[in-house]
Amino acid sequence: MTEAMVQIVDVVLLVLLAITGIAVIRTRNLFVAVMLAGIYSLVSAGLFVVMDAVDVAFTEAAVGAGISTVLLLCTLALVGYKESKPQHTPILPLFVVIVTGGALVYGTAEIPPFGEADNPAHQNVAAHYIHDSEDEIGHIPNVVTSVLASYRGYDTMGETAVIFTAMVGVLLLLSRGPLPKRVYHAGHWHKVKRGVTREDLIAEMEDEEVHDSTVVGGEDEDG
Amino acid sequence: MDDRVILRVGTKVLSPFILLFALYVQFHGDYGPGGGFQAGVIFAAVFVLYALVFGLERAMEVMPAKVAYACGALGVALYLGVGYLSMFRGGEFLNYSYLFDPEHDPTHGQHYGIIGVELGVLVTVFGVMVALFYAFAGRRRIDT
Amino acid sequence: MISFALFNYWAVIVLMMVGFYALISRDNLVKKLIGLNIFQTSVIMMYVSFGKISGGTAPILIESGGHGGDGHGVQVAGDAAHAMRDNAEILYSNPIPHVLMLTAIVVGVATLALGLSLVVRIKEAYGTIEEDEITRMDNAA
Repeated sequence: MTEAMVQIVDVVLLVLLAITGIAVIRTRNLFVAVMLAGIYSLVSAGLFVVMDAVDVAFTEAAVGAGISTVLLLCTLALVGYKESKPQHTPILPLFVVIVTGGALVYGTAEIPPFGEADNPAHQNVAAHYIHDSEDEIGHIPNVVTSVLASYRGYDTMGETAVIFTAMVGVLLLLSRGPLPKRVYHAGHWHKVKRGVTREDLIAEMEDEEVHDSTVVGGEDEDG
Repeated sequence: MDDRVILRVGTKVLSPFILLFALYVQFHGDYGPGGGFQAGVIFAAVFVLYALVFGLERAMEVMPAKVAYACGALGVALYLGVGYLSMFRGGEFLNYSYLFDPEHDPTHGQHYGIIGVELGVLVTVFGVMVALFYAFAGRRRIDT
Repeated sequence: MISFALFNYWAVIVLMMVGFYALISRDNLVKKLIGLNIFQTSVIMMYVSFGKISGGTAPILIESGGHGGDGHGVQVAGDAAHAMRDNAEILYSNPIPHVLMLTAIVVGVATLALGLSLVVRIKEAYGTIEEDEITRMDNAA
């Protein structure tokens, strides 16, 4: 593939991404927005392949277009898919965005041209990884793997710990563990019988005409 | 349920191949694109697919939520374990060259160390993704 | 053709600003998170652009045939390939941005999940996920 072709594919994908992004902003149906976000991820995975980042493309296609979309759809099933009409005029956000974008474009004047082999970013350890990983790490042709797991093992360890922590956070916020052994309700503690489901318990409480929130409030004052 | 024969049969036919593909991505990560992160997500995708087609309860029988939580923690422990093992063998933390005897080829240790930590990444990512999906899908909508 | 030297960066900045606009101008919290996701993907694109070398190839070393992990058997072939590689001067793109962004994507989905779970809790507590309505309820209380 010649360089000109690469550039044409690059430009086409970037234009597609811009169209998708603007469509995400314009639509007021969140289902449409989520599907467009999935398309955005998939197209950007294509762009990563063009820019030689095959591992990144693979991850983006699996995570961004797959798992993210599933999680967003699960959330929409819980919170509804309609977005209300925007209340304010878009002038201030538009102004902020244009100023920020202008500042960033101004900053690119200092950046060395795209794709030059003698850019500073390629001068230090990158050449070392590519030339010496065969001798230092052994026969692992995929340099990304050897850098990820060996040279920068600390990084990856941190990332693994971060996603574990994120799981703990989500579970604290969302998951429903086992029912408590007893519940405080209408002034005193009740034992929860075995085999009672959470829905039964809530229904039982509501039958006694005590609103759920008063139970929670009472607990807070005691604790 | 009965009107979705193609989905159900298709899921059952495809699942083992997706699992196999995830293992390929994991162990071919040294030679081509792939590795623990991608393989973990693909592994989790099988259980997400199963839950979407057969319902969350049946998916939780195949893959209990507790196992997913345990996987999330186990992978981090495996990663740290490889790091500490190389430390106790006389090297620095996560310096896999020391995993085997000193007279051994150090690249050998690097190879097994990378396999070990990639496995840790796979297990964590798999457990976390399944747990996240269960947490969102297991919650009931509350309308107000 | 337009001067390609900086076009890629500018296009990525435009995408970044599209995500940023969705983040600050919309009231719906899910929409904000989608905007944040677009912003994040654009930042990843920026990094990957820094790593690209024109005429380069993906950083997967092209050499010594066979998948023999245990060096001994393929040592000679490996040395020959080594020499060949140095002569041929295959140009590889920079692997470091790829490594950093690969992990960033996975961390991104984990933080997205955390944000979405907060949205779910907000919906349960306030009955809405529109930011202005939530602010109004908070001020009224």
